[in-house]
Amino acid sequence: MNAAPLMEAERPLLAVSGLGKAFGARRACDDVSFDLYAGEVLGVVGESGSGKTTLLRCLSGDLTPDTGTVLYGPNGNGPGLDVHALPEGRRRLLMRTEWGYVHQNPRDGLRMGVSAGANIGERPMAVGARHYGHIRAQAADWLARVEIENDRLDDRPVTFSGGMQQRLQLARVLVNGPRLVFMDEPTGGLDVSVQARLLDLLRDLVTRLGLAAVIVTHDLAVARLLAHRLMVMKDGRAVEHGLTDQVLDDPHHPYTQLLVSSVLQA
Amino acid sequence: MTQHDSGVTFGYLDEQTKRMIRRAVLKAVAIPGYQVPFAGREMPLPYGWGTGGIQVTASIIGPDDVLKVIDQGADDTTNAVSIRRFFRRVTGVRTTEHTTEATLIQTRHRIPETPLGPDQILIYQVPIPEPLRFMEARETETRRMHALADYGVMHVKLYEDISQYGRIAKAYDYPVMVNGRYVMAPSPIPKFDNPKMHDAPFLQLFGAGREKRIYAVPPHTSVVSLDFEDHPFEVQSWDRVCDLCGADDSYLDEVVTDDAGGRLFVCSDSDYCAGRRAAGHEGPAAASAAGAALSETMTAVSREADGEGTP
Repeated sequence: MNAAPLMEAERPLLAVSGLGKAFGARRACDDVSFDLYAGEVLGVVGESGSGKTTLLRCLSGDLTPDTGTVLYGPNGNGPGLDVHALPEGRRRLLMRTEWGYVHQNPRDGLRMGVSAGANIGERPMAVGARHYGHIRAQAADWLARVEIENDRLDDRPVTFSGGMQQRLQLARVLVNGPRLVFMDEPTGGLDVSVQARLLDLLRDLVTRLGLAAVIVTHDLAVARLLAHRLMVMKDGRAVEHGLTDQVLDDPHHPYTQLLVSSVLQA
Repeated sequence: MTQHDSGVTFGYLDEQTKRMIRRAVLKAVAIPGYQVPFAGREMPLPYGWGTGGIQVTASIIGPDDVLKVIDQGADDTTNAVSIRRFFRRVTGVRTTEHTTEATLIQTRHRIPETPLGPDQILIYQVPIPEPLRFMEARETETRRMHALADYGVMHVKLYEDISQYGRIAKAYDYPVMVNGRYVMAPSPIPKFDNPKMHDAPFLQLFGAGREKRIYAVPPHTSVVSLDFEDHPFEVQSWDRVCDLCGADDSYLDEVVTDDAGGRLFVCSDSDYCAGRRAAGHEGPAAASAAGAALSETMTAVSREADGEGTP
């Protein structure tokens, strides 16, 4: 993957420095720093309990970190927004417009009591869409894009399979064209063919909309397909950080070597 | 005028409680549509019977007030009769069934058909004050959503109605936006009454006893029912008139009159209906046996309720 154009961007979309979060004496996330540029996908890999999700929640403003800052620079110039210093209303608005969060468990990200259409329509309605016909058409369009049949539009997500719920969650998040998406194991519940389609769709969006993403995954194949750059976490620290192919083909840190050798050969 | 029972404080509540509730009411009036928590007291009737409305009424009622109490629009129903009797006993104020005579009107489920004026106060009994409750169960979260005016989920509910039923199926307690800022539950009045709240010349107070919330709509405040551009808000309509008084502009109740399928449609606002009949209006079934019996029953019940009988 050619990373050269990325280096030409003036300032990062997301600038993270010295991020740390402890739960009691346990440091779930320790001194993590990185920059994310527009249109770039960062993969975060590591084993269970390595602090990946905590990092993601700190980035998205869901958790307040103990140390460090997260700066969001939507326009590529001027000082970025300090995500954790923003008033909550602004942060919520950000999360409904320019950002998105895809949960590991679709039940956390969906409204299980209302239909698929209403789930997809929630973000547009939250920012002022008031035409039922348009909202519904948009929902139907997105349902098709995540490969769910159109006659499921009025069904509740509880009647969906796990994989369909995850696809619905993606549609719900991507419907109003966010610029930055946080994904926590997004392809976990999907069957192989849909996973491939979804990865295609995500890559397509990244290139066409300049969508940036932070993807937490333990699946190195997903990371290789989607991520431009890779960050390897262990015990809350980023032990290795580099271009995806570089990290996977020539791992330096012993833990990364272990990770690569234990998964990729399968 | 009935002598007020000297064994209790005027208006039943003690002075400190009334003071506390009045402060909550003042705050509610200052922030239209905002739910003000208050220390709700135990009242001598069960939750769900109007304990919130009674506490508000008891806090603002004075010796010169004239009180009207309605339940489902009618003065002659159990809830209305017992609350009216309660206030006659603990305050000695004059009570009335005539909307135009009343200075305070405590209501459950309806706004009177007769337009109210600026010297009248309408007090609603509210079971569930939180319009966001059915979309968001956590009180901490709903309060935050109100604080941030984060109201997208209200339209998710309306969207869901249209997708399931083809129209917005909510027929009562229809959510409104007050003063362009707070989404408010107008208590279980039919949506037929929602337009009467908008820019109304009278003060509207809402009391929820179980949930311990008071909120208000001051006079001449905008109250807009939520809707979609292509599914605009509309009120119920009937293709018939009141069987007793012939009114075509009032909210109709269906009354089953026998076990052979006989039924009448009559105004739910009993004072409005009686007033029209007294003025000589007649509905299609006014002369029928069932119509006559119904109107006789309504008159008898209300006469009894307004009598001087001891509770």
